[in-house]
Amino acid sequence: MAMSATLLLLVGLPPVIAVAGALLSGGDRVAEGLNLLASIVSFGAAVLLPAATMDGGHVLWQGYFVLDPLAAWVVLCVAVVYLLASIYAIGYMRAEEHEGTLAHFYALFAAFAFTMFVAPVMNSPGLYWIAIELTTLVSTFLVGFERSAESMEAAWKYIIVVSAGITLALLGTVFFYWAGTFVLGSRYDLTWSALLKAAPKMDDHLTLLAFLLTLVGYGTKVGLAPMHTWLPDAHSEGPTPVSAMLSGALLNTAMVGIVRALRIADAAGVGFAAHTIFIVLGIFSFFVAALFIVRQTGIKRLMAYSSVEHMGVVALGFGFGGVLGVAAAFYHMLNHSLTKSGLFFGAGNMMHVYGSKEIPTIRRVLSFAPVSGLVWLAGAVAITGAPPFGLFLSEFAALRAGWRTPNAWAAWLMALLLVVIFAGFLNHFRAMYFEGGVPDQPRAPLSQWCLWPLWLAVLPVLVLGVWWPDAFWQFFVSAAHSLAMGSGP
Amino acid sequence: MLSLHFSPVAASLFSTLAILSLILTFVMLGSRWLKNYLYAFTLQSWLIALLSAAVGYYANVPELYLIALFTVFFRGVVLPYLLWRIIRRYHVDREIHEIIRPSSALIIGAVLVIFALVVSRHIGVSLGAGSNSVVILALTVMLSIKLIGFLMLSIRHEAISQILGLLILENGIFLGSQILVPEMPLLLELVTVFDLLVAVSCFGVLVNYLMADIGSTSSLRLKRLRG
Repeated sequence: MAMSATLLLLVGLPPVIAVAGALLSGGDRVAEGLNLLASIVSFGAAVLLPAATMDGGHVLWQGYFVLDPLAAWVVLCVAVVYLLASIYAIGYMRAEEHEGTLAHFYALFAAFAFTMFVAPVMNSPGLYWIAIELTTLVSTFLVGFERSAESMEAAWKYIIVVSAGITLALLGTVFFYWAGTFVLGSRYDLTWSALLKAAPKMDDHLTLLAFLLTLVGYGTKVGLAPMHTWLPDAHSEGPTPVSAMLSGALLNTAMVGIVRALRIADAAGVGFAAHTIFIVLGIFSFFVAALFIVRQTGIKRLMAYSSVEHMGVVALGFGFGGVLGVAAAFYHMLNHSLTKSGLFFGAGNMMHVYGSKEIPTIRRVLSFAPVSGLVWLAGAVAITGAPPFGLFLSEFAALRAGWRTPNAWAAWLMALLLVVIFAGFLNHFRAMYFEGGVPDQPRAPLSQWCLWPLWLAVLPVLVLGVWWPDAFWQFFVSAAHSLAMGSGP
Repeated sequence: MLSLHFSPVAASLFSTLAILSLILTFVMLGSRWLKNYLYAFTLQSWLIALLSAAVGYYANVPELYLIALFTVFFRGVVLPYLLWRIIRRYHVDREIHEIIRPSSALIIGAVLVIFALVVSRHIGVSLGAGSNSVVILALTVMLSIKLIGFLMLSIRHEAISQILGLLILENGIFLGSQILVPEMPLLLELVTVFDLLVAVSCFGVLVNYLMADIGSTSSLRLKRLRG
């Protein structure tokens, strides 16, 4: 217990120090270095977190924080992306000529990471809601950082759509509390575990309504269709390291709230309806993503719609439930965080080389970037769920989990849509790599800072694709039990 | 908990305040002048503060007095002041282009209230609160304000109206929760107020940027990003 408290501090404090350092010094290089250092320390501590929760997790610091497998895993995913994006940011932000404003950027960047570390470990649904709202407020300024008309438009849509959506989750939280008062009396501490304890005796209709509101509210933030409308804009208009953080880290953070609410719905006996609706949203996200991926022309928007798809996979994993479903969702979160970061880095590099975000202007990638181009291509193959990459294993596990449930129809649809997305997504890469003549743009060389993170992101996905570590499996089983979904196969 | 067996006087007081708040939402829906929205919002915040104090008195929850003070100060004074500054600074008086005319919007709003009533009755019956009209009324008002807030967000495009739309969404929740769960942890409500304050400051900065970079505060001008 003391150990997990220390670890959590080691994860959370470095970004705070980085924010303070960046604001106090005001120097670009200092801020850059501090942020990188913070991300390394946070990552080092976060790697150890899941192991500390194998016993099911515990409550820390007067019950304000909870460290269970779900929280530990999501914090780990955030830390992974934060580290990769911090390395990439050094090269990218220098090349984009933001000199002089970098201290400001890194202060926001580290603050964004901090809010994402805090949200999953909040023990109270109310405080969790506030933490999620804070992630929006901080990241809006990162999305609009370039201050172009497009990025301001994206930032405005982002803050309005997400803030409006998330008020539904607040209403859901109030309803959960209200449902709890019938069991626990009118005054009790609002925590996830208190609600869980009261759940079996809570009113069915009210609990289901509360769950639905929570699902739609946090679903907006997760980017589940049809509430995903902010996502492609924000992901494509922010600076690339920010896109990676939004896609790889933020979406998972909001998923935590849905999963915890799902567990309460399970305990209240309305689990079937709740799971089914969650699955329907997941499939719909797949469907919308497939439509927009096939006819996409913006490279970062392509990646953004792919995020909608992958949040669909995670939703389906949790929706199907059982040990296998939970394991699939957990494994997929990590795989997606890694791969999508890598893909965004590659896209950022290409935007730098070709000076455009439009897919039709990016041609003959290999003639400009023979090595990093190949890595990016590998990442693209990985993200479509092809073997031998980690996403293949996690998507396949989700399918297997689905076939055994009453919602098997969703698994069939998912398989079908995966094929469509596979073809649609890779078709864009075929065009970018093998079509057209060699354009002769003046091309600035890419810094090493921009190339290494690509390797660091894609190689682990390859490793995770050929070897699903046994320790991971053990951890997923304990996670499934802590989510009370361990009864199924 | 449905132990809210308020005296008839208390119940009718709460009902009046809740219904007045709902009517103010309609005032906003039916008007096209930003100043009117702002006045209606301010008045609504004051009414909610009054409601907090009244519930605090009748349900004997002293913390609610503190919340009432906070509500008056932040939602009733600070937030309107911040918004008023933005309005004055950019000389935006009214919605220029209406997607739906205010008269039609009022009718849609009325339909939404009926829908909210149906849902609330359903929940109320399920909870065995068929006779407890305050609970159903509070639920109806809460859901109606929520729905009308979303309606306003979708048919208005001045940045200020959108911010006000968001604040209305939160006012609705706040109002309902005072009656339904008066003893919800104090900390939460205080932090929510703080969060609102931060949110509005962020909006202020963003509006500033919108004006500087796009030259307009109307979201109708935001249509570069599609597909």
